[in-house]
Amino acid sequence: MSDIEYSFTIDGQQVRFTPGETILQAALKAGIFIPHLCFHPEFRPHGSCKLCTVVVNGRTTAACTTRAMPGQDVYSDKPELNSHRRLLLQMLFVEGNHFCPGCEKSGNCQLQALAYDLEMLNPHFAHFFPKRPVDASHPDAVLDLNRCIMCELCVRASRDVDGKNVFALAGRGLDSHLVVDSKSGKLGDSTFAATDKAASVCPVGAILPKGKGFAVPIGERVYDKESIREKVVGLADTGAEP
Amino acid sequence: MSQSVGDDGLPLDQAVESILLRHQRDPACLVQILRELQDRLDYISPRTVQQLAAKLEIPITRVKSTLAFYSFLYDEPRGRYRILFSDNITDRMLGSMALYRHMLNRLKLEPGEVSADGLVSVALTSCTGMCDQGPALLVNNRAVTRLTPERIDEIIGLIRAQVPVSAWPAAYFKVEDNIRRADLLLNTEWVPGAALQTAIERGPHGVLAELKQSNLRGRGGAGFTTGIKWEAARKTPAEARWVVCNADEGEPGTFKDRVLLQSYAGSIFEGMIIAAYTIGAKRGFLYLRGEYTYLLPSLEATLADLRRRNLLGEDICGVEGFDFEIDVHVGAGAYVCGEETALIESLEGKPGRPRIRPPFPVSRGYRDQPTVVNNVETLCKVVEVMLRGGAWYKGQGTRQSTGTKILSVSGDVERPGLYEYPFGVRVAQVLEDAGAIEPRAVQISGASGTCLTRREFGRRIAFEDVPTAGSFMVFGKGRDLFEMAQNFAHFFAHESCGFCTPCRVGTSLVASILDKIGDGHGTEYEMNELAFLSQVIRSASQCGLGQASCNALTDTIQKFRGDYERRLRPIDFEPAFDLDAALGKARAITGRDDSGARLSTRVDIDQ
Ligand SMILES: Cc1cc2nc3c(=O)[nH]c(=O)nc-3n(C[C@H](O)[C@H](O)[C@H](O)COP(=O)(O)O)c2cc1C
Ligand code: SF4
Ligand code: SF4
Ligand code: FES
Repeated sequence: MSDIEYSFTIDGQQVRFTPGETILQAALKAGIFIPHLCFHPEFRPHGSCKLCTVVVNGRTTAACTTRAMPGQDVYSDKPELNSHRRLLLQMLFVEGNHFCPGCEKSGNCQLQALAYDLEMLNPHFAHFFPKRPVDASHPDAVLDLNRCIMCELCVRASRDVDGKNVFALAGRGLDSHLVVDSKSGKLGDSTFAATDKAASVCPVGAILPKGKGFAVPIGERVYDKESIREKVVGLADTGAEP
Repeated sequence: MSQSVGDDGLPLDQAVESILLRHQRDPACLVQILRELQDRLDYISPRTVQQLAAKLEIPITRVKSTLAFYSFLYDEPRGRYRILFSDNITDRMLGSMALYRHMLNRLKLEPGEVSADGLVSVALTSCTGMCDQGPALLVNNRAVTRLTPERIDEIIGLIRAQVPVSAWPAAYFKVEDNIRRADLLLNTEWVPGAALQTAIERGPHGVLAELKQSNLRGRGGAGFTTGIKWEAARKTPAEARWVVCNADEGEPGTFKDRVLLQSYAGSIFEGMIIAAYTIGAKRGFLYLRGEYTYLLPSLEATLADLRRRNLLGEDICGVEGFDFEIDVHVGAGAYVCGEETALIESLEGKPGRPRIRPPFPVSRGYRDQPTVVNNVETLCKVVEVMLRGGAWYKGQGTRQSTGTKILSVSGDVERPGLYEYPFGVRVAQVLEDAGAIEPRAVQISGASGTCLTRREFGRRIAFEDVPTAGSFMVFGKGRDLFEMAQNFAHFFAHESCGFCTPCRVGTSLVASILDKIGDGHGTEYEMNELAFLSQVIRSASQCGLGQASCNALTDTIQKFRGDYERRLRPIDFEPAFDLDAALGKARAITGRDDSGARLSTRVDIDQ
């Protein structure tokens, strides 16, 4: 088949793809940003955050788990879809306890960066204020579940890359929470290491290295300098890993 | 683990070993293992979690995540008598909440609290499928039906006297079939092996042809054509294939599968055996909802009978190489496990979180191999098609919805129970037959279904008009549809598996907004919030649970807006943070409660 046959459109723009790629993968490669949180180019698509929700041939679906097909007509950067994405972000904010000004991840956090990008002005709903523990038992990392957005990137990284299964999502509904593979349930008693892939994939400030507080001052961090949209698309252009 | 001897007469360690042995230390049986261990140990302690992980050679996180997912698995003591009141709207219409509060008061307990002596806890649970004989409760997973204040008092007496549940009066546990209108399925006596014999004579391709001709469609909700589903599983190259009967029946207001499991189990299993013959499966599962655990012994007895007749086992009916076995897996309180991919996850011993589809189970299901999942009623229908032939079957019901459908009728009717009709029956006909009492609305197909007003009672039960998985709840004059929507909203918030953002957080937001309106603090603002939330939850959710979670809400707002409006305050918005309530402490300390000590006067709504 020719290149033209392996192509579809996003918001009217033609995008080429390699068979087997998802809509999100093809879009990012083409320099088109579709908001996403639980997707990471190095891992199998997961499809839980739903930030990447798009409309494909009239059907709403997640761009990260939907295969690209020739001739698809995809809508993404539309006011209605962006308003849905803002609502999803607000849900993630009120579900946990996110105090951005006091968070070491501020400026490097994908949740915060997307909120800026999608012009989410406030959390809108009453916070649930869940009681979630902070686990500082590990010498090299802090696990602060107040900020966890259940994307399971750490779960996938630990299982698929580190070969360890340090993390898993437990519970149901709003009671969903991360659990750690150790007798005490503490990170310090698990096989987790600072060099693990799982130590560096968290898109928010739930898994943070210890002893590196505010090495880069706020204002000079990744998403302080350019929006997540520019950043991700820029990386795609150079072929580098985000 | 300490060495105490249990009901099984075995010391604890040995009992645990025998449970593990029975399941061949297979982590895929984790849900079954946890359930059986809990029966023996009362609850699953952190120590048990560690030991289990070690013995099954799996990470502790795997045990923990499964343990924390299911409502009927406990990681802390829940009392020796665990009472769970069924909390469907139909239980409430029969006065369950008064009984619930009465029991809590008499036992001096808060909801969910375990009494100080570790004897008893009382809480709510999702619909237990006894709507035609409610209000109902579960005591240590056994259903008690037709509750009355007297019966509650007797139960309290039995608990205080520490009488084992096995010695409680048998009448408590009587579950009636209540078959009110029988047609094709409910009227036909099962002749063991007769349908299978015709299937073998037709051969697998003949069976598929017959099923396709009959246009039999799944009775579990989605209405997928059974013949096409089976053919897809048969065509997918694989080392092994599987047949699963979906007996999770969690949809509020549905109880027809319970009757089929209780009195027509032979037909169900024979349908599974025909499926196995057709697609080439060696093993199958019946996934029984935890609420129906009481049916386990009779189901096992039917399976034993089938083995004796050589309808199960090896070289079935003398056909060389036709080997098939069925295991019953018992669920542990999770509505989402009725969704076929979540069910498969649960069968594999994991939390019941739906998978991303495609791939569909027919190509990658249980153990990533082709799997046919069918509803209980669908499998009984397969037996009918085999006995009567596809051409005859096609003539029953309507063109797009062939055959008959069993409805579970409950609510404000004189004769609640099962009603079987040819597809195409009008809602009004069902209402008349069941003796509906001045019906104001009918909620069809459960909490995720459709709400019909009086003007719509002329509509027909059929895939092409009002599709249904079987639930038919009638709301008489004076019933408040807001209360139904609020009850369902809490159901979905409780049952959301938590995988995807819109459903995990959205269903809880909807429930809390409805509570705000219910408490008389809602305004037009909340109504707009609900509209936007339901739009996003419906379109962005991963599976049918989230997608359908706002159906009743949207329907009732559209059709019974008055039930909402009379609760709304005339102002545009009232903040979720209630300053006046926050001042309550100061009022208590100062002993003041005059209007000067209040910021607003609460409008009380009479219920
Ligand atoms: C949240 C949810 C719950 C479900 N519960 C059930 C159930 O209890 N029983 C059932 O047969 N199907 C249930 N289904 C439908 C199943 O996913 C599946 O479509 C059905 O078992 C297929 O069988 P059928 O083709 O015979 O209808 C449910 C679906 C969803 C989304
Ligand atoms: S800890 Fe971070 S990576 Fe892990 S699930 Fe939570 S948000 Fe995702
Ligand atoms: S819609 Fe609800 S039940 Fe379905 S996957 Fe999402 S969170 Fe789970
Ligand atoms: S990025 Fe697609 S669902 Fe999270």
